[in-house]
Amino acid sequence: MFYNRWGTLRAGVKNVMLELRDITVTVTEGTEATILKDINLELEKNKIYVMTGPNGGGKSSIAKTIMGIYQPSKGKLFLDGVDITDKSITERARMGIGYAFQTPPRFKGLKVRELLTLAAGREDINEQCDLLFDVGLCAQDYLDREINASFSGGELKRIEIATLLARNLKVAVFDEPEAGIDLWSFQKLTETFAQLHEKYDLTLVIISHQERILRLADQVIVVSEGRISDITSRDNILAEIERIDSDCLCRRDCIKGEILSAECDR
Amino acid sequence: MLNAIDKRLLQEVADLHTIPQGAYNIRKNGQGVSRQTTANIDIVTKKDKPGIDVIVKPGTKGESVHIPVILSDSMSDLVYNTFEIGAEADVLVVAGCGIHNTSSNKAQHDGVHEFFVRKGAKMKYVEKHYGEGNGTGARVLNPKTVIEVEEGGSVELEMVQIKGVDQTKRDTLIRLHKNARLIVTERLLTDQEQNAESNITVELLGEDSTAQIISRSVAQDNSKQVFHLILRGYAKCRGHIQCDSIIMQNAKVSSIPEITAYHSDAELIHEAAIGKIASEQLVKLMTLGLTEEEAEAAILQGFLK
Ligand SMILES: Nc1ncnc2c1ncn2[C@@H]1O[C@H](COP(=O)(O)OP(=O)(O)OP(=O)(O)O)[C@@H](O)[C@H]1O
Ligand SMILES: [Mg+2]
Repeated sequence: MFYNRWGTLRAGVKNVMLELRDITVTVTEGTEATILKDINLELEKNKIYVMTGPNGGGKSSIAKTIMGIYQPSKGKLFLDGVDITDKSITERARMGIGYAFQTPPRFKGLKVRELLTLAAGREDINEQCDLLFDVGLCAQDYLDREINASFSGGELKRIEIATLLARNLKVAVFDEPEAGIDLWSFQKLTETFAQLHEKYDLTLVIISHQERILRLADQVIVVSEGRISDITSRDNILAEIERIDSDCLCRRDCIKGEILSAECDR
Repeated sequence: MLNAIDKRLLQEVADLHTIPQGAYNIRKNGQGVSRQTTANIDIVTKKDKPGIDVIVKPGTKGESVHIPVILSDSMSDLVYNTFEIGAEADVLVVAGCGIHNTSSNKAQHDGVHEFFVRKGAKMKYVEKHYGEGNGTGARVLNPKTVIEVEEGGSVELEMVQIKGVDQTKRDTLIRLHKNARLIVTERLLTDQEQNAESNITVELLGEDSTAQIISRSVAQDNSKQVFHLILRGYAKCRGHIQCDSIIMQNAKVSSIPEITAYHSDAELIHEAAIGKIASEQLVKLMTLGLTEEEAEAAILQGFLK
């Protein structure tokens, strides 16, 4: 602990928690396709990374590779200096890696209470109430509900987030946590992430397209076409968004006028 | 009279840790071994054939009857039980059969249960089947249940068979009169070479009668399951069947639905699904630190609960 603190204080010395080295992932379902190419990433302790980029760029695939759901055909992964390339999903979970799915599964028969118990490794009702509160759900209404088809998309996402909050993690990856979460709850969600970051010494990776989530980032990782196309500061990205916004004022006018035009020459 | 094996069987089929409260009749190896009646619930041995009559007085509230059957020898036992649930009564009936077979011969229990649920009466009927013992002799259970629910009556039927029974053919017929309500929950797990067949027919005879059947099963190894779940609507009524099976290894499951309306105001729905455990569910639980086996067990346990 002391070393870590001291380490981070020393200028120029990186305190890496998770490293992806030359990772290539090829999937063979149906036709063979390389979905990630030569990914190199060093994620430090105690930092928030926001991963963004176009749809189909490879963000979820990187997250699944970190979790062990996808196996790289080339390259290695290290957690706190330990080679975890050959570790299973279960082993990685037990070592402190967590992943909140972009599209969480539903469970016929499993109640919220039971899933949170599995996640935390213990049944503590007070803790579970706090967790649900953190994701903006009223414990009374949800603890005994089955996580089945009756759950709305947003409710399902909140439960999914809670399953990670329940665990003591070194690396937590949230895949578009804000998707389906209403505007009113959004603030609470960003606060929850900020608190998580403050409370624990963890590496937080949030896959998101939201400006308000980008604002939490220490660094922004841009992924497109299966590669890391940029790693930059939050301010750079925000400036770029600003620029795109003003660039496309004319296009916005077109949309207002109900004519969608891709031509924007300004 | 009851040894350690008997006590365990009783616990499995009737959740009995001690001698139950209220009325009971315990049948072991084809003979009644212990019985208790109450002021409101009488139990009488049938004269013409093996079995008992259970008579619940009208208006009896909050009482229970336990009628477990246990077999610890290889033998064939056939029993006829009749239940009279008096008007406006509200009772719990727990039946169930446990077999402990260590021999190489077949142990079989066939029970015919007939219920008359009178006007406005409420009954919850729980039937559990359980088999154990390392003998090669088959453990066979063939229950037949007929329930007549009179006007305004309400029946909740819970049928559970988790492992250990090699062969089972379950026939259930329920007739619902005016304003009668029915909820059936069925839970079935078969493994190895086991065979199970469940035939449930519900006749919605009276106006505004409602029926809901929720059947969930897991078929493992080389086991086979067949479900014939049938709703027949003869009046303005509502009925819903949900039949869900998880299939694993080389098991075989057939779900054969039938809904028939004899009245234009009958609303009947049948939903049936068979599939393996969704891999996303397994993966999700593994990302929480469970092994694949633990994840599978947690999913099956939740599903069959
Ligand atoms: N198991 C798979 N089999 C085949 N193709 C896959 C598989 N997983 C991902 N892909 C492909 O890899 C590419 C990257 O997918 P990924 O889900 O990682 O994108 P993403 O950046 O998360 O996109 P989004 O913003 O839409 O969530 C896509 O073209 C996708 O179709
Ligand atoms: Mg994605």
